[in-house]
Amino acid sequence: MTTTTATETHAGPAEHHELGFIRTYIFSTDHKMIARQFLFSALMFLLLGGLLAVMIRWQLGFPGRPLPAFVRWIFPDTMAPGGIILPEFYNSLVTMHATFMVFFALMPLMAGVFGNLLIPLQIGAEDMAFPRINMISFWIMPVAGFIMLASFFVEGGAAGAGWTSYAPLSASGEWTGVYMGQILWLISLIVLGFSSILGAVNYVSTVINMRAPGMTWFRIPLATWSLFVTAWLLLLAIPILTGGLILLLFDQTIGTAFFRTEGSGEPLLWQHIFWFFGHPEVYILILPAMGFTSEVIACRSRKPIFGYHSMVYAMVAIGFLGWVVWGHHMFQSGMNPLLGMTFVVTTVVIAVPSAIKTFNWMGTLWRGNIHMDTPLLHAVAFVALFIIGGLSGIFMASAPVDIYIHDTYFIVAHLHYVLVGGSLFGIFAGIVFWYPKMFGRMMNEGLGKVHFFLSFLFYNMAFFPMHNLGVQGMMRRIYDPNQYEFLQGLQPLNTFISYSVFLFAATQIIFAFNFLWSLRNGKVAGNNPWKSSTLLWQTPSPPPHGNFPEMPIVYRGPYEYSHPDHEEDFWPQNAPPATSEAGGQFAPAPNPEPVPGD
Amino acid sequence: MNNAVELRRVFAPALVALLVTGCGGGDGGGSSADSAAGGGAAAENPVDAATAGNIAGSIVFEGDAPAMDAIDMGAEQVCADKHSSTPMSEEVSVSDGMLANVFVYVKQGLESLTFPTPAAALLDQDGCKYRPHVLGVMVDQDVTIRNSDGLLHNIKASPTEQRGFNTSQPTNMESSRSFGTAEIMIPVRCDVHGWMTAYIGVLPHPYHSVSGSDGSFDLSTLPPGDYVIEAWHERYGAQTQNVTVTTGETAEVTFTFSASMARNALVPLDAPIDLHEIVEAS
Amino acid sequence: MNFFWRTGIVLAGMFTVVIALWVKAGPSWLDLSWVMPDNVVSTYGPTLDNAWLVILWITGIVFVATEITLLVFLVKYRHKEGRKADYIEGSNKAEVVWTAVPFVIVVSLAFWSKGIWDEIRDPSLFPANAYTINMMATQFEWNAIYAGADGAFDTSDDFVSRNVLHIPVAQPVVVQLMAQDVIHSFFLPEFRVKQDAVPGMITPVWFEATQTGEFTMACAELCGLGHYTMGGTVIVHSQTDFQDWLAEQQAAAGDD
Repeated sequence: MTTTTATETHAGPAEHHELGFIRTYIFSTDHKMIARQFLFSALMFLLLGGLLAVMIRWQLGFPGRPLPAFVRWIFPDTMAPGGIILPEFYNSLVTMHATFMVFFALMPLMAGVFGNLLIPLQIGAEDMAFPRINMISFWIMPVAGFIMLASFFVEGGAAGAGWTSYAPLSASGEWTGVYMGQILWLISLIVLGFSSILGAVNYVSTVINMRAPGMTWFRIPLATWSLFVTAWLLLLAIPILTGGLILLLFDQTIGTAFFRTEGSGEPLLWQHIFWFFGHPEVYILILPAMGFTSEVIACRSRKPIFGYHSMVYAMVAIGFLGWVVWGHHMFQSGMNPLLGMTFVVTTVVIAVPSAIKTFNWMGTLWRGNIHMDTPLLHAVAFVALFIIGGLSGIFMASAPVDIYIHDTYFIVAHLHYVLVGGSLFGIFAGIVFWYPKMFGRMMNEGLGKVHFFLSFLFYNMAFFPMHNLGVQGMMRRIYDPNQYEFLQGLQPLNTFISYSVFLFAATQIIFAFNFLWSLRNGKVAGNNPWKSSTLLWQTPSPPPHGNFPEMPIVYRGPYEYSHPDHEEDFWPQNAPPATSEAGGQFAPAPNPEPVPGD
Repeated sequence: MNNAVELRRVFAPALVALLVTGCGGGDGGGSSADSAAGGGAAAENPVDAATAGNIAGSIVFEGDAPAMDAIDMGAEQVCADKHSSTPMSEEVSVSDGMLANVFVYVKQGLESLTFPTPAAALLDQDGCKYRPHVLGVMVDQDVTIRNSDGLLHNIKASPTEQRGFNTSQPTNMESSRSFGTAEIMIPVRCDVHGWMTAYIGVLPHPYHSVSGSDGSFDLSTLPPGDYVIEAWHERYGAQTQNVTVTTGETAEVTFTFSASMARNALVPLDAPIDLHEIVEAS
Repeated sequence: MNFFWRTGIVLAGMFTVVIALWVKAGPSWLDLSWVMPDNVVSTYGPTLDNAWLVILWITGIVFVATEITLLVFLVKYRHKEGRKADYIEGSNKAEVVWTAVPFVIVVSLAFWSKGIWDEIRDPSLFPANAYTINMMATQFEWNAIYAGADGAFDTSDDFVSRNVLHIPVAQPVVVQLMAQDVIHSFFLPEFRVKQDAVPGMITPVWFEATQTGEFTMACAELCGLGHYTMGGTVIVHSQTDFQDWLAEQQAAAGDD
């Protein structure tokens, strides 16, 4: 593929016409500003999703106990009379917790923030291929978010059929008592899908067309690779979701029967459509975190990523295989058992590329020179927790073994290990690592480490025992497990988990404080505080408009750390090659900024 | 720049449109107590007691009453314990040839008058049964729904003329609902205990009565004039009669139902299962 | 303070927090079992529990090995002054090994699963002499429909048992699952039975009880606000007691 880009460099900021406040901060077409907009919005939704989770755990930890007085007043009698969470409100809580987390926190953080921030900078481009489409892609999100938030305030409350919205429960308000709420949920996600699609169009076009000279495919950093594969998944999967949502919306509003049995509709059809989107979706949620982990581990171990090519192939394989495993969500649905068996085979096979990646990360750490700073800690936690999440997946990949654990807390444990243990810790790694590039300052290392250790501790205390709840048979989405005698003995464990979740949530205050405080008070970062070799770090922090004062030219791969021919333990991608053929000459100018944590 | 201005032109009306949709919500019926409590007595009672008359009467059941099914509450011990004898279905409640739970009301004759909204009516869930089984209320009159059993009940109202509701009460508690549109009759059902059904009649006036176990009903203090009254039963359908009310007099009316009138019911029963239907539908 | 002291203190602190919270919340150590509970009462239940155990061993060994290796690497290769990392780009041999070995393991697992799956799910392999009961799931009740004395469904002698499923011991039973309104899931934890009941479909599921007694019936698919109360009981009778019970019900139903 050619790497043609504009040959003249972009004018520096002083020569560029001054944009007003609105064009700089509100309706910006600069990918770095859009990344920041996604970041602030997504973190707000992450907070909201977390609060909803705290409420879920309040009910499960102390069933039937009224919410504490200082929050009781927030909830009307249709949700929590006298502070006692009603069952239908509980169902809305589990639905909206997952909805906000998946669609308004994780996806924007993965693709919106880091896709925007990293891709142009890592490939040496001055911005995205379509900056205005990029801007629209962001602004769709608050609109969709507003609609979703509004659904709490309508009669009947917010959607309560699960984030998976299985029909017929979700196809008619008759079954849940939720009418407008479900409709707004559908509209919100239909709208939000366009944000992903437009973003994906940009990412794919930018990576294909706007790489700097010398940036061949196999010199692209793994973070960009992961976002590239993710963008393809978004492009192909979101339209399917949108289609399904529209059909469900028709069932809800104009009396069609795609999924309602009243008119010979097919409830299982919804599940097929949803999961055909839904499985690629979970890879959308994890692949970028894998990319960030690769960047951070390589950089902080001062060592090339082990098996770079394999890592690329593994991500592409995950991208392809992710399309043919969706039926494993439907093993117990009454689907043809033979069809179920084919999904067993594809599902176990998709474990293999993830295993390859895990071994490669470990191979990167092996014989490295590991700097144990906050990003590295989060990245290693990603690997450790992803191992648990992946291995727990093996149990449910076997359809007969899945019989018992389907729709139990074993599944809840698995999904939280990959989405929180995996994606969220990966996002923390990414935020701390790339914060200096975004804001020109370092986050506080001491606070970062405290936040890491407490989060890691409380997270595992909360979610590891959920495997055991599942093994004991506790079902999902269950307002009060004490209704079942065989589950009554699990109440202490549920209470323990609830305390752990509260502590995990409280720990995030440290992160929020660190994030906000460091914006003004963090140590000034300089161009390359982590001494990384990717192009992104070879430009000021934050980069000027146009990113690179001069067009970078790429001479080597992205992970040339501790190269024997080079005195410094990192070798920037755009540093000119050594002048002597014999390989004895060293490249110029060591970076003066100290590496934090040393 | 032009682009920014154009974009602003698009976003502003879009946001406004969304605000309007988002603030939609409350329809005609099934609204919760957050709206005006008790719907204030805006109108004064237009009836002059000095000139009023009454309608009273009874509901007779001819022939043999069908046997009612026993309700097995074994799974809900708290409720089972509240019944000294085996609880039976209340679908057809006949004693000594008189039919109870018939909803009698003025169907025509009061169109020109507006009445004040009475205080809240009570629908209690006690012993896993709705008390009363048939209830009459006015438009916008509060219905206090009480859970006297302390275990999960849900109250699912399925009207046809307005938005219904489906709400739960997991413990001893009370909630309040009202209906904004007149309707005969709104089925109410508990999905957790499928035998629990009730019917609510919503009228623009307070002249309704539910026949007791002795079959008697009464509509008192009516302005003199000609009326059409209707008697409704959940299995045997509805019948009307013309009655003339004169000052100081009580007009006696008798309605007769019999088993042959089954399947005249106006309201489709949201049902206990009919075995014959299920297997066919599958 | 050197690395090991610092690490030790952090670990000790974390351990203390865990223990303190444990004591406060009061979970029992037994609740942390990763092995299937010892309450299985169906013929194919032990096969499933055994499959669980095999996977537990395999994943357990991998888990311990990888996590320990990770920890060892972090300690052994942590940054020390004057030390440089080894410039190693990868190893094709390693890639082949750690692709092929997991592949073989997981694919074997898939094919092994097939035998068990077919035995439980393939309708053509259902036991021939199974006793059939129809089950209509609704919001929020399980209604078991018995064919009555004539052995045929959709006749006037059919009777319904609300929320209690009566079955005979040591006799295969086929439950024909139906749903009236939304998707429910028929879950008998002690039998290791789970099958979704989908409106518009009749989904058969078979099992055979190995013990008499009373067991749990639960709904395992979100079906509305009463999902959590959609429980019931499975009563396994001896074969003679079951016949007696049937006769009793038929007599009562015959009165209609």
